[in-house]
Amino acid sequence: MTRRSFVACLFAVVALCAMALFSAPPASAKDKPLKVAAVYTVPVEQQWVSRIHIALKAAEARGDITYKFSENVANTDYERVMREYAEQGSDLIFGEAFAVEKAARKVAADYPKIAFVLGSSFGPEKPNLSVFDNYIQEPAYLTGMVAGKLTKSNKIGMVGGYPIPEVNRLMNAFMAGAKEVNPDVKFSISFIGSWYDPPKAKEAAFAMIDRGADVMYAERFGVSDAAKERGVKAIGNVIDTSKDYPGTVVASALWHMEPTVDYAIKQVLADKYQAENVGPMSEMKSGGASLAPLDPAVVPKDVADLVMAKEKAIKDGSFKVAVDDKEPKPTM
Amino acid sequence: MSELFDMLTAAAFWAAAIRIATPLIFGTLGELICERAGVLNLGIEGIFTAGAMSGWMTVYFGGDLWLGVLVAALVGAGFGLLHAILTVPLGLSQHVTGLGITLLATSASYFTYRIAFPNVSSPPRIEPFQPISIPGLSDIPFIGPALFQQTPLTYFAVLLVVMVAYVMARTPLGLAIRASGENPAAVDAQGLSVYGLRIGAVMAGSALMAIGGAFLTLSAFNAFFFEMIAGRGWICIALVVFASWMPGKALLGALLFGAFDALQVRLQQTVGGAIPYQIFLMLPYLLSILALVMMSRRAAYPNALMIPFIKGQRS
Repeated sequence: MTRRSFVACLFAVVALCAMALFSAPPASAKDKPLKVAAVYTVPVEQQWVSRIHIALKAAEARGDITYKFSENVANTDYERVMREYAEQGSDLIFGEAFAVEKAARKVAADYPKIAFVLGSSFGPEKPNLSVFDNYIQEPAYLTGMVAGKLTKSNKIGMVGGYPIPEVNRLMNAFMAGAKEVNPDVKFSISFIGSWYDPPKAKEAAFAMIDRGADVMYAERFGVSDAAKERGVKAIGNVIDTSKDYPGTVVASALWHMEPTVDYAIKQVLADKYQAENVGPMSEMKSGGASLAPLDPAVVPKDVADLVMAKEKAIKDGSFKVAVDDKEPKPTM
Repeated sequence: MSELFDMLTAAAFWAAAIRIATPLIFGTLGELICERAGVLNLGIEGIFTAGAMSGWMTVYFGGDLWLGVLVAALVGAGFGLLHAILTVPLGLSQHVTGLGITLLATSASYFTYRIAFPNVSSPPRIEPFQPISIPGLSDIPFIGPALFQQTPLTYFAVLLVVMVAYVMARTPLGLAIRASGENPAAVDAQGLSVYGLRIGAVMAGSALMAIGGAFLTLSAFNAFFFEMIAGRGWICIALVVFASWMPGKALLGALLFGAFDALQVRLQQTVGGAIPYQIFLMLPYLLSILALVMMSRRAAYPNALMIPFIKGQRS
């Protein structure tokens, strides 16, 4: 075989493979287990991502899906990893598009047969990209009420990672809740410019406690540790850490991704999946958000009753917590 | 203005500055020893991570806290040995090798962590070092709460500054290490092994860096997180220049950075409403650059820094 004919053969083979790949008939009706993949920019221990991971693990344990994931994927690598999962024939791909909106949306458009459910601050995109987010401002508001009642110095400290909508909306709801029950309360706020620097978060919290804060809003790991060391109270966020800090973490606003994940799986299995905003699935009435049980040793009964009444009002729709994504400002 | 004065004169402020400075003291000393022997060690960020992970894991699996520190030091020395073999006898680029060590050590740490903990949803915790009060000294007003209510590793760090300064300036070993960073041919002419001295110095320095990392997981916090070193290693590289390769000034530089960072946190909480928070986060770095510019004009770096020594080679 001459070199030229060898090259020609090679081209023909490659072209055939490519044609086979792109013209493969899409599987319409899907059977269990669904092939699900997830791409995370942080490790699965991270509070936010752990909620998605746990929900998918549960679905895997039920036998609904097979689950593959990549964690700690750099934003610059995100598109490549998404494409790899798409090429491996996933039916449903979860991810977080916050820092890679353009690239992620491009990948979704390139694979219209695959369902993409991504955390995003923007809207859904037809035909296959649904969006979700941590809309847990309702329990955040309730924890704010607890904090407003528990503070004796009327000073509440809040330490966050970055002021992005996902953080801001919970902080704002928390502050609104605290102000409702205690108009005199003042807030000290810092952002540490990192998702993962507990020693730094701890230092920021220590500084607030030194200035008189006696309830700490623990948006990041490290804040509850500072609260525990100095004997003040802390309010948890997204995950329930009250078992690790008994007597310190007195109330937590929890996020549950199970309703969102289970809904997406169900839709894909039934071949009814379409692009939509599944954000409301993270609200209290859908079971996507909840208030962790209040510690009766620390939270007085009348406060707990007040909070429970408000929770009821939220659930029946008579009280609405505003979604405010603006950067919160300190007031002390 | 009076508020700023109150801030700077609070014992809690200086206690925080020293806490923040502790890992930097270890790292800067470690880097200083390496560079004094003529080897730039850019593996520092990765060695910090490896120390943080291995020290913490030792304690998590039942080891004593001090055993954790020891294991971290050994792991650090191991990576130091790798760096030294590649850069000293083999004479490879110290920049490239160092960055390679950082990538290797960081990834190996995450990999080991994930192999050991494939299924956790919240990082496992240990019981960390507790602050120790030194009887008598801790009761002195202001100075007591600022200086003498720290965790044992902080006292160790300060002790180490004195030890390193003494060894470097007053002992034959220190002289030999310094000479191998200034004029290795002279060391060789004395019948001493330049390779031996440089490899030893890089291993010792890397061990200290790893202890700096272990401080973060065994003392400043109680769990290992991905990316928790957050650039602290790189700061140490700059601090060595700031310190003009002198251990005493290294302590000063680390404390200065710690103070800037502690100040930043407090300023953000007082006047944060008016100015974007990023300005405050930038402050310690900005002030450090300023200090670096002022201090390093007269800095004389070791003459043979980054120049591989080849026995018998004539220049």
